[in-house]
Amino acid sequence: MDIFIPNKEISGCGLSGIINRQGELVKGELIIESICCQMERGNGLGAGFAAYGIYPEFQEHYCLHIMADSKKALKEVEELLNHHCYMAHQEEIPTRPTPGISSAPRFRRYFVKPRYEGEVRDLCEGTPDEDDYMVNLVMHINTHIDGAYVISSGRNMGAFKGVGFPDQIANFFRLEEYSAYIWTAHNRFPTNTPGWWGGAHPFTILDWSIVHNGEISSYGTNRRYLEMFGYHCTLLTDTEVVAYLLDLLIRRHRLPMEVACTALAPPFWSEIDLMPEPEKTLYTSVRAVYGAAMLNGPFAILFAYNGGLVGLNDRVKLRPLVTAKKGEFYYMASEEAAIRAICPDPDEVWCPKAGEPVIIEMEPNTIPNQRSYLHGQIFDLSTPICRFPAEEEEE
Amino acid sequence: MAFEIDAKDIHYRQVNELIREAIDQGAREIVLKNVNGQRYLAAGISSEVKIDVYGTPGLDLGAFMRGPNIVVHGNTQDGAGNTMDEGKIVVHGMAGDVVGYAMRGGKIHVASDVGYRVGIHMKAYMDKVPVIIIGGKAGDFLGEYMAGGMIVLLGINSRYEHRPLAGLFLGTGMHGGVIYLRGEIPSYHLGKGLSLEPINKEDEAILEGYLVDYCQDFGLDLQEIIDEKFFKIRPQTHRPYGKLYAY
Repeated sequence: MDIFIPNKEISGCGLSGIINRQGELVKGELIIESICCQMERGNGLGAGFAAYGIYPEFQEHYCLHIMADSKKALKEVEELLNHHCYMAHQEEIPTRPTPGISSAPRFRRYFVKPRYEGEVRDLCEGTPDEDDYMVNLVMHINTHIDGAYVISSGRNMGAFKGVGFPDQIANFFRLEEYSAYIWTAHNRFPTNTPGWWGGAHPFTILDWSIVHNGEISSYGTNRRYLEMFGYHCTLLTDTEVVAYLLDLLIRRHRLPMEVACTALAPPFWSEIDLMPEPEKTLYTSVRAVYGAAMLNGPFAILFAYNGGLVGLNDRVKLRPLVTAKKGEFYYMASEEAAIRAICPDPDEVWCPKAGEPVIIEMEPNTIPNQRSYLHGQIFDLSTPICRFPAEEEEE
Repeated sequence: MAFEIDAKDIHYRQVNELIREAIDQGAREIVLKNVNGQRYLAAGISSEVKIDVYGTPGLDLGAFMRGPNIVVHGNTQDGAGNTMDEGKIVVHGMAGDVVGYAMRGGKIHVASDVGYRVGIHMKAYMDKVPVIIIGGKAGDFLGEYMAGGMIVLLGINSRYEHRPLAGLFLGTGMHGGVIYLRGEIPSYHLGKGLSLEPINKEDEAILEGYLVDYCQDFGLDLQEIIDEKFFKIRPQTHRPYGKLYAY
């Protein structure tokens, strides 16, 4: 497929995200309108969306969105899946011809469960964990099948992305036909890495999805660190490492969400020096153990999972992030206007501090396969953290 | 009578063309309705026109402008008053990051909080002294690399109860101008090479002159504001890095 190299060095991607804490479904039109309000933040070389809760009929199955250059690549993926998975359903991802969208690859989705039989265990190294099994499978497809990429691999969610402006990509994937309880969206202005279909945001693994404005200068360090844990970067864009870091730190190492966020955007040593114990030891340990997971460079990111939406800035706030609340709806975007375009009179609008995670989780038992990474208690940290639910709501 | 422009779903280029047409036709007062995210509004306009903005203006509101008096009835996004030369921006809400970036003259009055790097690279020359007055609190890097002009941080109207008056790295690289704080900050928030001291009689007179205008814009009581203890931040030298590379 074609890879476009941008000739401008201007950075200004746009982000938008919506979550309803009670699992109310939000129509695709809304997120499209919000991201399109930030049209100038992109240059037509990438846009994408992640939607949660869109496949209720197969909610227990992992949904693999596959992007493929050729029929041959797709066939190889299918052979692999037939061998390693139980497949409940498969179909072409519906698209429509869209002016301005050219040389689109093939898109197909497969609803699968791991198959634990015979020689299959060789591939997944005998892991009994279904999530780990799927991660290994995704890495296998991305690294071994030429021209095929897994665009998303979570349960009851999917990512839709490509080269174009957000309105074009939304039209191409017919996103107005979907409703989701969490949406994220991205409008891309690539600066350092190619504009191609696989390089558009969101980046995903399992039900993690991330959209990013900025650049990860520590990409090389992060990538080598992740390789030690079996994650392989194949999509030629810095943001890919964040998706895998989230999976490693939060799902596999079980760091509470707040602590994982401080590993990605830690306080300065000069701030840690002034902290009382035991915080000083905690932060020193996090920086020592997860130094290679720290994200250097300017960023504003939104990431989501089955049950939550999180916004996070780099530690000196070199990219914008605005948050708003209206009843049980929470909004995050690069610009306040993108929120007001779909929620003209929010209850509250605020700007998180540098490195302050804004963590919005759904109420417990709201959706199928719901995940929570708050682990119940609030860590008493002096770095600012904004989280819903707050402690008392969880009782 | 005010000239009204409905900006709903109109691109910023067109809104700015309509503003310039109205000025050419002699309008002295313009009302922009339904603004949402349009960038560069009133950018580069050299005219003493009053512009009322309803909604949320986009990035770089009033950039490079020389003369307009803009009143925002809501919040503004990042970069308001970027390199503005003359005129005034009054914000009846919050303002985003890098407000008054490289500002050369005029005034920016913000009712509530501002974001990061506000007043970065402000400068002054002869009678051109830019002034930013902030009613709420400020994020990190306030007045970074400041070369001239004045920033006043009041902290009287903030939605962020638990945040400090000003964030970290306050005035880092500052080598001209002055920052006035209404209240104290932890000393480690202050950038290097700066002095922090209580204001004197001369400062009081200067501050009062500017705060009268600020209070009029927002209907505030001047006495209530100046009854608190103010501090001023100045650079110890106008060439803080003069010996960094040449030794």
